Amino acid sequence: MLKSTRRALVGANIIGTALIGVSFAAEAHAETTLSALFMAQAAYSEADVRAMTDAFTKANPDIKVNLEFVPYEGLHDKTVLAQGSGGGYDVALFDVIWPAEYATNKVLSDVSGRITDDMKKGVLPGAWTTVQYENKYYGVPWILDTKYLFYNKEILAKAGIATPPKTWEELSADAKIIKDKGLLATPIAWSWSQAEAAICDYATLVSAFGGKFLDGGKPAFQTGGGLDALKYMVASYTSGISNPNSKEFLEEDVRKVFENGDAAFALNWTYMYNLANDPKESKVAGKVGVVPAPGVAGKSELSAVNGSMGLGITASSTHQDEAWKYITFMTSQAVQNQYAKLSLPIWASSYDDPAVTAGQEELIGAAKHSLAAMFPRPSTPKYQEMSTALQQAIQESLLGQAKPEDALKTAAENSGL
Amino acid sequence: MSGTWMTTRAWLLMLPLLAVMVAVIGWPLIDTIGLSFTDAKLVGTSGSFVGVDNYVKMVSSTNFQRTLWTTAQFAVVSVAAEMVIGVLAALLLNQQFRGRTVLRALMILPWALPTVVNATLWRLIYNPEYGALNAALMQLGLMDAYRSWLGEPGTAMIALIVADCWKNFPLVALIALAALQSVPRDIVAASLVDGAGPLNRFRFVTLPYLAGPLMVALVLRTIEAFKVFDIIWVMTRGGPANSTRSLSILVYQEAFSFQRAGSGASLALMITLLVMLLAAAYAGIVRKTAGSAA
Repeated sequence: MLKSTRRALVGANIIGTALIGVSFAAEAHAETTLSALFMAQAAYSEADVRAMTDAFTKANPDIKVNLEFVPYEGLHDKTVLAQGSGGGYDVALFDVIWPAEYATNKVLSDVSGRITDDMKKGVLPGAWTTVQYENKYYGVPWILDTKYLFYNKEILAKAGIATPPKTWEELSADAKIIKDKGLLATPIAWSWSQAEAAICDYATLVSAFGGKFLDGGKPAFQTGGGLDALKYMVASYTSGISNPNSKEFLEEDVRKVFENGDAAFALNWTYMYNLANDPKESKVAGKVGVVPAPGVAGKSELSAVNGSMGLGITASSTHQDEAWKYITFMTSQAVQNQYAKLSLPIWASSYDDPAVTAGQEELIGAAKHSLAAMFPRPSTPKYQEMSTALQQAIQESLLGQAKPEDALKTAAENSGL
Repeated sequence: MSGTWMTTRAWLLMLPLLAVMVAVIGWPLIDTIGLSFTDAKLVGTSGSFVGVDNYVKMVSSTNFQRTLWTTAQFAVVSVAAEMVIGVLAALLLNQQFRGRTVLRALMILPWALPTVVNATLWRLIYNPEYGALNAALMQLGLMDAYRSWLGEPGTAMIALIVADCWKNFPLVALIALAALQSVPRDIVAASLVDGAGPLNRFRFVTLPYLAGPLMVALVLRTIEAFKVFDIIWVMTRGGPANSTRSLSILVYQEAFSFQRAGSGASLALMITLLVMLLAAAYAGIVRKTAGSAA
């Protein structure tokens, strides 16, 4: 009995060792598999990202890339959660507002040493701010984006408005003309849902009114330009010139309303330009105008929020080199120029390349001004908390539950700063 | 002697299951309790001991109090509605009529749908620009303009409760229907002979048989409703202005969005405690009803 047990054990050991040997052998020839996390919302489409990745794996047959797409609203939490439970992704897309938090909590690797001089020189200086925190680089900018003012040329022509508004006051006045002439009941569409989207619209206005989010690390949005921005939103909402459903809209809802011809003006990201001009998607194809978001007389010529995003390597990745190879491919000028219809390149010289500009001269024209004026949302490890408090303040003010002054004061107290 | 052996054997047989339960429930629970007394972050530092700070801060915060009230509203109204609709549906489906089997099968459908699918579906129905609800009410002449159902605090909560009821009343109906099968026909016949009307028959003949099983449904649904997360997260993300934020969403934000694992854990434990209290109260009532029935 004992003998047979021992024999069985020895047998099991041998088989086990053999299996380990086999697995080692297999690993020696195995390709590296990277896991990458992207978003399925605005900028490059899922199909675009898949096509880019296919091109990468064709050029690098020893590297496989598993792609995962989540809505923007889930991107931050999914990345953090994966890190909190021991990793999972090698490459992660991150928003301009997260490097402070990701650096502080060691979610992303510091890649300062990997960035070449050619990259530093070729990429637009404004784009680099997307991935920097305390003079270190935590990735490479990939989506260069800001909010533009889109307008429906046909509706403006019918209303007798010759040029799109240059100031927010003009925008309100133009919208009122359109409303009074009965062309549209609520001419402006915004993304004011309880989400980061609302903060992007708010930040655009804060930049126009010369406001500040933080001053010396402490909340400063509750006075000056920050307060004026929220007051403008409330006035636009209560006067009936803005679509009241804006308070449950995300960017995609704004796009649908605009593409349906139900908005004369809309604030949205780059990607809306070519989609709204696509007759298969949109009823307003060919009538889409785009200009930088307006300014405020005496304070600003135009306004723009930095809504760019970067690709970084997670700190827990065991394939840092391969991940870097993938990131440099995805952010390369050739790839970015090829897919410049939904997201504009980070490379300065791309803007003079006819292959990039052809068919979207109007967008490029607006981009040249807006991208140079991008206003940052604050760089703080507590960004998520501050943003959540501000979202509540914006919605309470719109709903008339609190005065903008009081709502912003409460937000400042709850911002964790 | 053999009794002791039986007990020992029973424990031995349960041991694997107990080991698994300790590993997947016991250990995380103890770990969470430990975590709730620290200021640990989700990533990075493991934090230091802060005593009951997290609990004190949480209970005294207006955010928590407001969210508790919101959750209670959601739970009470939606569970009450589900119980009433569920019992009515069960009484109807207990009648003899053609197509009853098909209808019974159809009724399960909402309950079988994943919550996320259900929530997305209702979001489309409530859509302020092209939703079916707005179109239907306009065409019936009940409204003169489209409304933003999920964009106003009052209607957003009602809209969520309707969506939750639609999904969960079948569970109550199913349990009630099963209980109705156990009502003896002769007692029903006797009550008819005695001249009892439909209301009295329901009150004095049917309800006593339903009470026990309905209690089970009530406990299950209340616990679920108190922990609600997914349907609200998909439909409103707690908005507008946090008017539909549930306790579970607060835990999620605290632990994952703000990465404060310590206070997130304390909040999660408080919800667990609340649900356990509710369950204990119900269990007491169930035992009492069972006692009085016997």
